[in-house]
Amino acid sequence: MIFLNLAIWLPILAGVVLLALGRDDNARAVRWMALVFALASFLVTIPLITGFDTTQAGMQFSTDLTWIERFNAHYHVAVDGISVWFVLLTALITVVVVISAWEVITERVNQYMAAFLILSGVMIGVFAAVDGLLFYTFFEATLIPMYIIIGVWGGPKRIYASFKFFLYTLLGSLLMLVAIVYLYIQSNASFDILAWQKLPLSMTAQTALFFAFLAAFAVKVPMWPVHTWLPDVHVEAPTGGSAVLAAIMLKLGAYGFLRFSLPIAPDASHHWAWLIIALSLIAVVYIGLVAMVQTDMKKLVAYSSIAHMGFCTLGFFIFNSLGMQGAIVQMISHGFVSAAMFLGIGVLYDRVHSRDIAAYGGVANTMPMFAAFAVLFAMANCGLPGTAGFVGEWMVILATTGFNFWVAALAATALVFGAAYTLWMVKRVYFGPVTKGSVSRLQDINPREFFMLAVLAVAVLAMGLYPKPFTDVMQVSVDALLKHVAQPKLI
Amino acid sequence: MIQLTSLPIVYPEIFLLLMTSVVALVGVNASESRLNLTFWIAQISLAVLALMHLNELQAARTVYGMQRMVVIDPLGHLLALAATLATMITLGFARPYLASRDLLKGEFLSLAMFSLLGISVMVSANNFLVVYVGLELMSLSLYALTALRRDHAVATEAAMKYFILGALASGFLLYGLSMMYGATGSLDIPTVFEAIHKGTINGTVLTFGLVFIVAGLGFKLGLAPFHMWVPDVYQGAPTAVTLLISGAPKLAAFGITFRILVEGLSGLAVDWQQMLIVMSVVSMTLGNLAAIAQSNLKRLLAYSAIAQLGFMLLGFTPTVIDMGTAAAANGYSSALFYIVTYVLTTLGTFGLIMVLSRHGFESEEISDLAGLGKRSPWIAGVMAIFMFSLAGIPPLVGFYAKFAVLQALVSTGVKGYIILAVIAVLLSLIGAYYYLRIVKTMFFDEPADTTPIRGETGATVLLALNGLAALGFGLLPDGLMTACREAVLKAIST
Repeated sequence: MIFLNLAIWLPILAGVVLLALGRDDNARAVRWMALVFALASFLVTIPLITGFDTTQAGMQFSTDLTWIERFNAHYHVAVDGISVWFVLLTALITVVVVISAWEVITERVNQYMAAFLILSGVMIGVFAAVDGLLFYTFFEATLIPMYIIIGVWGGPKRIYASFKFFLYTLLGSLLMLVAIVYLYIQSNASFDILAWQKLPLSMTAQTALFFAFLAAFAVKVPMWPVHTWLPDVHVEAPTGGSAVLAAIMLKLGAYGFLRFSLPIAPDASHHWAWLIIALSLIAVVYIGLVAMVQTDMKKLVAYSSIAHMGFCTLGFFIFNSLGMQGAIVQMISHGFVSAAMFLGIGVLYDRVHSRDIAAYGGVANTMPMFAAFAVLFAMANCGLPGTAGFVGEWMVILATTGFNFWVAALAATALVFGAAYTLWMVKRVYFGPVTKGSVSRLQDINPREFFMLAVLAVAVLAMGLYPKPFTDVMQVSVDALLKHVAQPKLI
Repeated sequence: MIQLTSLPIVYPEIFLLLMTSVVALVGVNASESRLNLTFWIAQISLAVLALMHLNELQAARTVYGMQRMVVIDPLGHLLALAATLATMITLGFARPYLASRDLLKGEFLSLAMFSLLGISVMVSANNFLVVYVGLELMSLSLYALTALRRDHAVATEAAMKYFILGALASGFLLYGLSMMYGATGSLDIPTVFEAIHKGTINGTVLTFGLVFIVAGLGFKLGLAPFHMWVPDVYQGAPTAVTLLISGAPKLAAFGITFRILVEGLSGLAVDWQQMLIVMSVVSMTLGNLAAIAQSNLKRLLAYSAIAQLGFMLLGFTPTVIDMGTAAAANGYSSALFYIVTYVLTTLGTFGLIMVLSRHGFESEEISDLAGLGKRSPWIAGVMAIFMFSLAGIPPLVGFYAKFAVLQALVSTGVKGYIILAVIAVLLSLIGAYYYLRIVKTMFFDEPADTTPIRGETGATVLLALNGLAALGFGLLPDGLMTACREAVLKAIST
């Protein structure tokens, strides 16, 4: 329907307009235009949630047009209860990112804003695509703007980081391309993901498909041991790039499990669930420990993201409605929290030009308002009840306990480690006496920064106190997915 | 529509020959204003020619004419149309470039048009000799053009190399064709097809001839191990001529490969498909690896061309394995789509080099692009589109071209072809590295000189249109793909 198409194409067109009109001498106008476009792109996603039929498990707001006749590929976009919130999340984070760049980006402003708007439309396309080729197109197209964002506005080692990001993820997705072509041929020349989900496949084929998709999605999530690109990229990316990467791009991988791996290869998924659970636990425990010894704030949050995403994959592969809903809630809440954490680091970096924890100390004395936000987000990051971070983790742990006590016990250590590394960072950065000259000269946040953090703070608190709207929307779709996955479709 | 039957069937070629003669006459020793006139006469005649081909393409008829020497079919017209447009774009880019170097002479225009005439003859040939005549008409014009900068040692060397190796290749091809004539007793392509199909001819002679034919075609397409001339000629020739060599002639090479191997010698497909597989894998490996080490942009693009054409050639390989015409059409039409879109991107990349070059400065080194994203964001953006397209990243056209070839390979279900597809994918991942490096140079590096670039308006607009086409055919590849498929289906079903 019109709103979903607008959600995809309005930001992309807006990006093109900005590229065409903007120059650095009218940067002010460009910023306002970008903000108006981002807000408009967000507003068009709201009818998707207000008009969503929560009793229906299937695809809604569907548009289906023939795209490439030769391949029988369709421009088929639609959302269900699993994907609809990510459309809104993407559009909202884009608004916040545009605000965050306001005075910080002074060079090539129009290109920066355009890259984020185009990226936003393309990522919404990934969540909305119901056609395999269309999905792949959107999935890969995200690389181009992100590569440019890291390479142009990134830190000193940005070129290394941008190449690592691009080639690493490209290698993973090429294996997925092979899987997509295989499914296309098995299903008698169809790219319809829903038809693929019904396609009976042998165990060998399912296993091969499962691992081909795993290669693409595990790199994107990222799961241990293919996570090494994420810390490097986060450290070098500009603040907005880090926020979008952590908040949304990582979710593309997790979302892929729900749309491809589980429903297309359910028997292989059951068979190999132990592997994913083991990798998730390693991510939660080992990466949690790695996060503790980081001296760079961005690296710390990057490792924390990997640990949190471990919860999502864990929730998917215990095949339990509560666990899966918890994992999806965790994906959304991590979207808010990680974006907020990176934007917070950005606020400090803009003033002191250091990401080193040791360069700070006692920031709460000079920036009380900012410190209040930062502590709130830190609490959400370690999963304090009442914040968004709690809901998803709690649901996953609860569901895991029913699955296996020891797995749950290990997963629950994440709450301990999460609290340890987050709070230790908060203590070293925000509390204690002011000893550094750079900290004593700090100015508290201005109204723009206040607004940007307040939007995310409201989201974090609202989701933590009243998560029902989120779970209500996804309930029926998740149950239908689990019912589908529970039925063997071997031939 | 014009009454087609009332005209001689080769009327576009006759028109082109006439107009080429007019351009040659008007352009002799022309003053500057006369040269402008000549240029516009050339461009307008090419535009009219393009319309003629388009008209014929829509008529979609298959007619044999001139004692069955030529065949008029959609495939020929599609290739001729693409070649005509490519030549028009080339001339558009070349005019400001050549004018600033005092190379814009009447002979450039008339030789370019003669080479186009050769291409038109080749793609609609139905006889081995006509293929050869067209090939020589095109090649000789291009040899002369390469030596256009006659006081320049590198250009002269490139011209010599191109001429000697090209003549050798023509010799190979001619030798192979004469073997075919000896074995089958005919130069007529359908007759040769029939004769081979009967299966009464000595296989050794046929295979022996086939080796020479494939080697000759390999030279013309610039595939490894017959690629030695490509980097030197691409680098040495004036960029306008490089573009003339790397654009339309590739379409012609595709055309004769199709006419000879598919229409004439498909009875020997088992043999030539093996040769093509080897050539294609070697080309992709060598092209992609050698391109990494280049610092000269034209040379890099030459190695990239070797790799890209190797990928295109894969489309010829999975076609004759008892799967009917539909499957064969998938393979050939994927190769046709690949070559047409590849030429489109090539025009843009060399066009960009010409737009960036100024008097006394050839923008040939990759480092010359440093900071282009700051100096001229639009031109850099268009170049980035070409680079991502060549690397095969969706939603740009290069991805769909690669995807079509891969789909043709994998849909055979034969294990060997699937392995071939995986090899092709892995090698293009290596390729992505050097294309990305160019994007990196343009956007991430600091410019040595920060003055904005003012390209000549016409050429800049042309470049933008070219980039738009690479994006547009990527977002909506359906029309061109269907046209390619129908042209190929018509050609192989008659």
